[in-house]
Amino acid sequence: MTRFLVRRALWFLLTVWLVVSVSFVLMRAVRGGPFSGERALAPAIEARLAERYHLDWPLWKQYLQYVGPFDWSEHGTGFLGGDGTRPFGGLLALDLGPSFRYRDFTVNDILAQSLPISATLGALALLVALALGVPAGIFSAVKRGSTLDLLVRLAATIGIALPNFVVAGLLLVFFVFQLGLLPPAGWGGLRHLVLPAFVLGLPYAAYVARLVRSGMLEVLSSDFVRTARAKGLPERIVLVRHALRAAILPLVTYLGPATAGILTGSLVVEKIFAIPGTGSHFVNSALNRDYTLAMGVTLVYTVLVYTLNLAVDLAHALLDPRLAPEEGA
Amino acid sequence: MSSTWRERLRHGLLLMLALPFVLALVALGRRARLERADVAFANGGEVTSLDPQVVTGQAEGRVMNALYEGLTVKHPETLAPLPGMAESWEFAEDGLTWTFRLRDARWSNGDTLDSADFLWSWRRLLEPETAAAGAYHLFCVQGARAYAEGAHDPARREALWSAVGLAAPDARTLVVTLARPTPWFLALTSYHALFPLHRASLEHFQQRFPARWESEWMQPGHLVTNGPFKLRERRVNDRLRLVKNPEYWDAANVALRTLDVLALEHVHTALNLYLAGEVDWIDRVPPALVEELLARPDFRPAPYLASYFYRVNVTRPPCDDVRVRRALALAIDRHALTTKVLKKGERPSWSLTPEGLAGYARPELAHARDAAPEAAFAADCAEARALLAAAGYGPERPFPPLELHYNTSETHRDVAEVLADGWRRTLGIEVVLANQEWKAYLDAQVHLRYDVSRSSWIGDYADPQNFLEVFLSDGDNNRTGFGNAEYDRRVAEAAAARDPVRRLALLSEAEALLLAELPILPIYSYVSQNLVNPRLGGFFANVQDEHPPKFWHWKERPR
Amino acid sequence: MSADARLTGWLAAARAVRGAGPWRAALRRLVADRAALAAALFLLCVATGSLAAPFLPLASPQVMQLGEPRPPRLVPLGDHGWAHRVTLEFELEEALRSREMLARTEQTLVALARRACGAQARVFRRGQREETHGLALVLPYRRDLDPARGSELAARLAQHLAAETVDGKLHLRGGGDVAVRLVGASATDGYGTTSRFDAWLLARRQACFGFWQLGPLLGTDAKGRDLLARLVFGSRISLAVALAGAFVSLFVGVVYGAVSGYAGGKLDERMMRFVDVLYSIPFLFVVIFVITLLDAWQAELAGLGIGRMTAFFLVLGLVTWLTMARVVRGEVRALRQREFVEAARVLGASHARILAVHILPHLLGLVAVYLTLTLPSVMLYEAFLSFLGLGVRAPDVSWGLLAADALEAISPLSITWWLVLGPALFLGSTLLALNVLGDGLRDALDPRLGPAGGAR
Repeated sequence: MTRFLVRRALWFLLTVWLVVSVSFVLMRAVRGGPFSGERALAPAIEARLAERYHLDWPLWKQYLQYVGPFDWSEHGTGFLGGDGTRPFGGLLALDLGPSFRYRDFTVNDILAQSLPISATLGALALLVALALGVPAGIFSAVKRGSTLDLLVRLAATIGIALPNFVVAGLLLVFFVFQLGLLPPAGWGGLRHLVLPAFVLGLPYAAYVARLVRSGMLEVLSSDFVRTARAKGLPERIVLVRHALRAAILPLVTYLGPATAGILTGSLVVEKIFAIPGTGSHFVNSALNRDYTLAMGVTLVYTVLVYTLNLAVDLAHALLDPRLAPEEGA
Repeated sequence: MSSTWRERLRHGLLLMLALPFVLALVALGRRARLERADVAFANGGEVTSLDPQVVTGQAEGRVMNALYEGLTVKHPETLAPLPGMAESWEFAEDGLTWTFRLRDARWSNGDTLDSADFLWSWRRLLEPETAAAGAYHLFCVQGARAYAEGAHDPARREALWSAVGLAAPDARTLVVTLARPTPWFLALTSYHALFPLHRASLEHFQQRFPARWESEWMQPGHLVTNGPFKLRERRVNDRLRLVKNPEYWDAANVALRTLDVLALEHVHTALNLYLAGEVDWIDRVPPALVEELLARPDFRPAPYLASYFYRVNVTRPPCDDVRVRRALALAIDRHALTTKVLKKGERPSWSLTPEGLAGYARPELAHARDAAPEAAFAADCAEARALLAAAGYGPERPFPPLELHYNTSETHRDVAEVLADGWRRTLGIEVVLANQEWKAYLDAQVHLRYDVSRSSWIGDYADPQNFLEVFLSDGDNNRTGFGNAEYDRRVAEAAAARDPVRRLALLSEAEALLLAELPILPIYSYVSQNLVNPRLGGFFANVQDEHPPKFWHWKERPR
Repeated sequence: MSADARLTGWLAAARAVRGAGPWRAALRRLVADRAALAAALFLLCVATGSLAAPFLPLASPQVMQLGEPRPPRLVPLGDHGWAHRVTLEFELEEALRSREMLARTEQTLVALARRACGAQARVFRRGQREETHGLALVLPYRRDLDPARGSELAARLAQHLAAETVDGKLHLRGGGDVAVRLVGASATDGYGTTSRFDAWLLARRQACFGFWQLGPLLGTDAKGRDLLARLVFGSRISLAVALAGAFVSLFVGVVYGAVSGYAGGKLDERMMRFVDVLYSIPFLFVVIFVITLLDAWQAELAGLGIGRMTAFFLVLGLVTWLTMARVVRGEVRALRQREFVEAARVLGASHARILAVHILPHLLGLVAVYLTLTLPSVMLYEAFLSFLGLGVRAPDVSWGLLAADALEAISPLSITWWLVLGPALFLGSTLLALNVLGDGLRDALDPRLGPAGGAR
């Protein structure tokens, strides 16, 4: 087990390093720099800005500056030529650098502000997905073949069939303007997150329902469920404690890609509902060529997704004693 | 797997599961909920900085106008200069020396504000280390340009500075000597690049945090400003919460206690917030909903000092032939575009400069005139076809496909599609629409890798000079490959001319030259698209679309 | 019956038994599942309609008529306004009342057209029944009729007309003169550049339907472009993107997963590690990034013959291959243990042969299921990217773009409902059908897939 975790940790570091390096090179290869605008800057000024953000350094030096752990700038480590005010910097010192576009913020600042908000949104969306999907799946499995089952399956599939921004638009008009129950956009508490979380979680609720349904159907005809029923246990207990536990494995497997999907789906939702989460920085930083912010956001997401996959594998091992976490799984 | 591991795993996983909820509590607990500000308005994307000297852009300008104040303030309706930090001013006969008498004003932390602050701030603006995008605005001052370009050399720095025409004979007087008569200088003093900065706090943070002073200095609580509002809270991509500055000299007349500047990018979201009453002013509306909005009393588009035109790359065929450019310019159905696609009252334009420049004889591209726009357009198209034929394009030599670049936006796409369709129908030219993202689009313009590219220019001040100087041969913003010695000569002469009438006449001649050469295809003059709560007083439509929040107040509810 | 006869009978009966192979059984199960069958037929219709789009009597998807978006109109069903034509407008000096004169004028004009450009023209009347004061000579737009543009064709016709007119009077066949005046010549290309196949379909349509076209059954957008036409032509790009992307992901995923699962041991471990690493990378960011890159390098790529669309397909395909690889690898690993593989090894078959002949066929079912589940996600990705402005761009049209436009049409002030209904209907029903078909396939192939078969 220790070996397993250590190996995973090593691969994690390798992944992160790969992501950093590749995006570092790619970002600088794309046309258009962070400082171009409709009003051209005087070449002298653009040169000064490039100097300040070390864009005039050779690529390897910029890379080392970004990765750290030593700061190569004029205020950096003494033995590298700086004045020693700030010896450490870069990724290895957990410093993601200054934002090229938002001059008043470092990437750490921006992430510190936006990540909790995105996490809230994501967690709520996942909750919605589970809260809607699991009961629907159970229901549909138990009442298999009935009209209700068909309706639930239809609703589930429709949830997947429309792009979430169209659903968002329709729900906005209905809940916000017709009924006046919810605020249309912005961030200020749970009320503001109801609609975004719902829109974000809906397609995943649909998948969860199908998964639970098929898992339950498998299990409901198996021996141990029949035993449990024969023992005279109430149906509810049979369903939840026995059948569901067995059917939960594929659900847990799905949670990995589902959460990753929620993370990416949040781009659109955050844009439409004006939620200042990390997703809103995702696309803009690439479009604005804000190198550091773009890489910072990518890194955060990479770490998140990797950790999630690890958690899913571990949960697998926990839930199904037959599966020890394989080295090669 | 051993049982201890199972225990650890279980705990670990539960912790991981709990983490987002903990973060969620953190996010929600951080007093996420703010009470509604007195006024909230949508300001486009998040502002790039709170340093007035380094920013460009309308959104940043609005925030600067709330936080800081310059020598003068623009009147909200007439845009006339009103006393700001300067109580009064006078200028010498030759128009070159301006003397400003500063009032007894304070910074938001109580420090007195005097002429030394202005001197120091304007010096910082010019200094190369600041890398201030707005530095060129001060180049009208004697010796300023030389200082900006030469100050990196420590040997000459002080000498160059002493040659700059700025002096502060006493704490309440500022004397500015201009290099040449600049009629818009007074308007410039209310532009954010010339706002004063608080020297002490800036230098304090530069000393304490040499590596990251910018992020420290701009924090709420650290930032010291002199305007009607000060910074209370800043949430990236969400809002700037401003509160009334009690140290402001005119605080008694500032009606708002709190002001929210919201960063809203998606124009539909902004509209939704406005319609729900959460936002009191939005400055852009979804083009698809213009019809419905025009029926409302709170939407009143007004002329705006900005031009929408297409740049033409004159360095490569087929557009290197002026006849082709003229044909393209004539075959644009401006009337249909403005009435059927844009619908907000935009005015068709045949010039580079927009409407509304007082005293300026605005030359126009020679085109047919007729009471019925359709007939005029038909005549123009006939001329365009004849021009193309004269340029040698016909059945034997078909016109090559044109690449039309525009950046991602509904309006630009609409205009591009309609224009491309028009050119296809009337001239038989095939147009390839290239929707590019912002940076790639700019890059293509700068490196002249396009045929026709959508463009616009907003006037910083109400003078044709700042439109025409874009197309000087060495202009940084030229990006068309156009260069005409006669044009340059006229613009330079106009800059040096003392007589305002002669100056405007020269500029008019220059523009006429430009319109004969056509490195641009003029299309229309902008209108402002403000959707404002009618109860908001002190908000007027004006030709520069500037609305200083200092004058805003809520009108009494009519009984 | 003698023992011999019985034996023969039994042998004959034994031989006559045709076992239903696993495929046949699966097919039977699939056909029995009505929903899946309906979905499959529906998808077939969609695919055919999409392929044959230029043949269908639809309005042009790109000709504009500026104004307001027009709501759907069912009556009249269609009109003769198909905008893929060359038109010459004539004005008659005096209104023609005699039917005979009218007929002869039309004949002359048609003959003139045939002489000028070898095309069969039609003449439409302008004006009331009894009094025709204008005529429109309309020819189908054909790129081969003139190498440059349709306006040249109009010019040629005009030239011929001028040659035949004396003093502003056209000499008619069978005698008589009519004073005609050419007031307008225009050529509208309703479809832009089209491939040879599309051009052939257009010609067939012209022959079949003439200038008749369906009216705005689903309404028009603000630029007057028919929504139904845009949806049908948009399906070409959407389906192409989805299929190409899915096939890229299939190809890469299946090959990778099969090799990895079959090889086993260290190679398998390393390959799966690589997949895990890639899995952690937030692919959407990479996609956005790569698309930005592609835009920046458009000129260079075009030089290499890779259009923007092609690059787009590849990118989308590369996003989805990971799941396929994982699933295929798991399946191949399980299959590798089976007896028939061992038997083949013993018989001396090479690895490649085993993979191709023995293992791959078993994967087909799995792959089919995952294909039908990947297609919707690729389509949604495309819609997503179009919303962000990075996907399909004007003048091309796709369902994603129309869905993004649909969002613009929804607002508290007004909901242009038909702009939402059209794309939602098409996109939703296609994705629904794909999902239902995928479910049906999975159920039909049920014995093959274990509980791990549940995923996106």
